[in-house]
Amino acid sequence: MEIDNVVCAFCGCVCDDITVTVEEGRISEVKNACTLGRAWFLGHSSNAHRPSGTVNGRPVSTEEAVEEAARILAQARYPLIFGLTSTYCEAQKEAIALAEVLGACIDCCTSVCHGPSGIALQGVGEPTCTLGEVKNRADLIIYWGSNPAESHPRHLTRYAVTPKGLFTPRGRKDRRVVLVDVRPTPSARAADIFLQVKPGKDFECLWALRALIKGIDLEEDAVADTGVTLAQLKDLADRMQSCRFGMLCVGQGLTQSRGKQMNTTAVFLLVRELNGFTKFAAMPMRGHGNVTGIDNVLAWQTGYPFGVNFSRGYPRFNPGEFTAVDVLTRQEADAALIIASDPVANLPRPASGRLSQIPTVALETRESETTKIAKVVITTAPAGISAEGTVYRMDNVPLRLRKVLPSPFPSDEEVLSRLLERVKELKHA
Amino acid sequence: MPEGKLILITGRSTKQGTGLNKGKDSRDYQEAVRTLEMNREDMARFGLRDGDLVKIKTLYGEATFTCRQEKLPKGMAFVAYGSLSSRLVGGETHASGMPDSKGFEVEVVHLPRGD
Amino acid sequence: MLKIVQGEVYDPINGIDGEKRDICIEGGKIVAEVEGAPTIDASGMVVMPGGVDIHSHIAGSKVNTGRKMRPEDHRGDVVPRTNVTRSGVGYTVPSTFTTGYRYAALGYTTVMEAAVPPLTAKHAHEELNDIPLLDKASFPLMGNNYFVLKYIATGEFQKVKAFVAWLLQATKGYAIKIVNPGGVDTWKWGKNIESLDEKANTFDVTPRQILTTLARVQEDLGLPHPIHVHCNNLGVPGNYETTLKTMEAVEGRRIHITHAQFNSYGGESWARFRSKAPEIATYVNDHPNVTIDVGQVIFGEATTMTADGPWQYRLHQLTGHKWVNSDVEMETGAGIVPYRFSKRNSVNAIQWAIGLELLLLIEDPWRVFLTTDHPNGGPFYFYPQIIKLLMSQDARLEMLESVHKWARTRTSLKELGREYSLYEIAIITRAGTAKALGLKEKGHLGVGADADIAIYPKLDDPEAMFSRPRYVIKGGEVIVEDGKVVKDGLGKTFFVEPAYDEAIEGEIREDFEKYYTVTFENYPVQLEHYLPRHEVIPCG
Ligand code: SF4
Ligand SMILES: [Zn+2]
Repeated sequence: MEIDNVVCAFCGCVCDDITVTVEEGRISEVKNACTLGRAWFLGHSSNAHRPSGTVNGRPVSTEEAVEEAARILAQARYPLIFGLTSTYCEAQKEAIALAEVLGACIDCCTSVCHGPSGIALQGVGEPTCTLGEVKNRADLIIYWGSNPAESHPRHLTRYAVTPKGLFTPRGRKDRRVVLVDVRPTPSARAADIFLQVKPGKDFECLWALRALIKGIDLEEDAVADTGVTLAQLKDLADRMQSCRFGMLCVGQGLTQSRGKQMNTTAVFLLVRELNGFTKFAAMPMRGHGNVTGIDNVLAWQTGYPFGVNFSRGYPRFNPGEFTAVDVLTRQEADAALIIASDPVANLPRPASGRLSQIPTVALETRESETTKIAKVVITTAPAGISAEGTVYRMDNVPLRLRKVLPSPFPSDEEVLSRLLERVKELKHA
Repeated sequence: MPEGKLILITGRSTKQGTGLNKGKDSRDYQEAVRTLEMNREDMARFGLRDGDLVKIKTLYGEATFTCRQEKLPKGMAFVAYGSLSSRLVGGETHASGMPDSKGFEVEVVHLPRGD
Repeated sequence: MLKIVQGEVYDPINGIDGEKRDICIEGGKIVAEVEGAPTIDASGMVVMPGGVDIHSHIAGSKVNTGRKMRPEDHRGDVVPRTNVTRSGVGYTVPSTFTTGYRYAALGYTTVMEAAVPPLTAKHAHEELNDIPLLDKASFPLMGNNYFVLKYIATGEFQKVKAFVAWLLQATKGYAIKIVNPGGVDTWKWGKNIESLDEKANTFDVTPRQILTTLARVQEDLGLPHPIHVHCNNLGVPGNYETTLKTMEAVEGRRIHITHAQFNSYGGESWARFRSKAPEIATYVNDHPNVTIDVGQVIFGEATTMTADGPWQYRLHQLTGHKWVNSDVEMETGAGIVPYRFSKRNSVNAIQWAIGLELLLLIEDPWRVFLTTDHPNGGPFYFYPQIIKLLMSQDARLEMLESVHKWARTRTSLKELGREYSLYEIAIITRAGTAKALGLKEKGHLGVGADADIAIYPKLDDPEAMFSRPRYVIKGGEVIVEDGKVVKDGLGKTFFVEPAYDEAIEGEIREDFEKYYTVTFENYPVQLEHYLPRHEVIPCG
């Protein structure tokens, strides 16, 4: 059976034009997806052999695993709920409700991917648009610290570089593409111009560009030791001012390097000032998975997009205090619930180490570094394959994941709502 | 055993991304996150050849990778995100929530060539 | 079942002006009689239908970006969880749960989300479902939509009409929202439109054409609410002429001008800024096809957020405050700028006075409504403060003395002696809005109406009275007691289902597939997933 217009939420592109062929209870063919998307659909075809859950490594039923998880969380004094990336908004809502009842800290992978972009938004705002505006209008695309060819492959072909749009009828021919990065990544092949910045020197380059578009005369040594020349930056500044519609795509090269939120602040300021000359937008290259969704749900339910603490009974936000890496590194969390992500593999060792010292509960569709150390593992149906719900694209456009295969396991939403009910009962008792 | 410093960049790679979907224990994923890319001159400087093992150390930890020559700027190494790269990153976020995951200095120790 | 006895009832739709009446409730509706029901003794209290807000920004992509960008807005106004209610934050852009509770705690039970980009309608509905207690509906943005402009340009009225009906169904929307017609499309290249007859957008269509066409479409489709218009040139000195022309443009068809305060300005510069509220009010008084809501300014913090991208950019440049712009492909735009209305600021003082002038000068309370264009003019939970100013000339004059003198010299406010009665307050906050929205079961207490009721203690100080209802009843159940939410729950979402010629789907598909970045199939909002409790309001 062929199912059309399936939504892929492996990366923040959230392509919704995928055709999936289901044969004999597995996905046998995937059309329109990139290699990452294909691997996502094919790789998740079957997790049926897994136990429904484990407690201390011992296979148990979902109910038993939920019971133990509820006990652990209800007893904890400062539980952390973290992850929520590869799941959908309806499940994320349950997790937030649980955090509130527990007085927990709840954080998502945003804090370790585009948290600094969120902080920059809070500081100076953000001129942005949906991806269709890029496709229809943009004649200058700048990827800065982003490697879309490997992280968001169809960003290039579906939204920003090659597609033909309303005012870009010739597609690639109507656009200039610039890549700014510390190394010539595979994305350099898609670019007309590649500027190689030295690691940690993005801020200096961005600030110099701001000066240049304001007509401030810079000396060469203003950009000394950045890896790029003043002439290169002047050329880029000219292109930025003279394009019809520019788009600056903000990669993790900016958010995870020296400067972090100062880098992204510089981007948003630069782009804001460019609107004095032409139309210009910026967009963080969000996602893995539905990380944009959890930001949105957290923001509408609590006012803050990540790193939210409920210990006083109301939401508080303070990056560096209530964000997962900090709460774990400082050895504060005394229990953890990890949902649809793998912090043991991805967080810095001082943080992930804490997860093996405390009782950790993991909701996962498959084996991961986190399930290996978790005291309780609850197997769930993979979102977008065996569970449906809302996801948000990197530009905040909502789409609905489909369920294309049955699963013997409950969805994240079902498990979390049961867990919430049990925790409420235990807390009342 | 020549030693020295490099700036380490972590990031996504296609192989890491597709490997992830085959499973974190899959060969593709493991290969992707265990490969350290360096440029030719640096490899020569450290006396390294493709396939050699190197130990990478930081203040926070260490991990062993297989080396591979790639087109990279001098003085830089690249590794795909994963359980190995995260051993090298500290927990300090400078009040941002974000650790210094890219562009930090690492020490390279060339391990004796295998048997 | 419930019976409210001995209350002083204000139910303008049924002509009841402060008479003692018993109100009987069964099955969530007002009924003629109930036997053996528990009673609420409302003696010494005022009983009104639940409030109906005709224009507010409470849900969706723009509101949520406002929340994300303003941690400083939330920190001073925290809302702990209780045994009944969820936690949240307040101030100008409250979290969803808090939004619902605060409206309910004022005696409001129905609220319109006034600007939804169709592409992100699922988001708006997701948030509406997280706004507890209230019944809601949303207005999809259409005044700069690619297909609307295209079919106007080609003169194909029937296609505009079919498309609008299709879009209302696809988004589960309620009314046609028009923001800066033509101008927002023009803003996609960084420009704006300044007059009703300027052609500058993708299809060289004028604001006048957009307004007249959509007004006709509204009439032909028999939509319950008229076109809901945020005029061109909002916020700009001298814009009252544009507003007059906008009202004229629809040639007697129904039109609702929203947050008219922001469009009643005279003077050709900020230095010459003055009120033209009397001119606007005179026009409204003479033209029964027009309704307005005021968009009253509240001194203090606000977060301005509109689909009017060029205006928001201008406001950013005027203030230097942080700025979000977010253009939405094929449809609309959005801008957000935090703002603070200050009593000592000459322009702000005039803006404040204009809202009150409109409310006092427009004679027919059925055609002028109380809003703050939340959170543009200020948060909705300041409505009781405005009610007090409307009911008491003394209070008004006292406040007028405390603000910049231009409010006294460049507006007519100090001459206005009118004082609203409770009956009139009930009209501008519930009966009139329900009527203008075409919500026949809202805004009144007649048999068959939804049992949404606010019971206020009768106090001399209207602000205190309306700030803290003794009881609020929603769908027959007590949800608020003494200003505190005592019951949580999910309200309904209203939408319309105008019939259309299905050929339009084939018609728009080609351009849709070329220029949107989502598939045609994934675009519509699925009723079963996004509107768990809903009601279709009939057209025609
Ligand atoms: S670009 Fe991203 S969303 Fe699109 S198919 Fe590839 S992995 Fe999936
Ligand atoms: Zn508004």
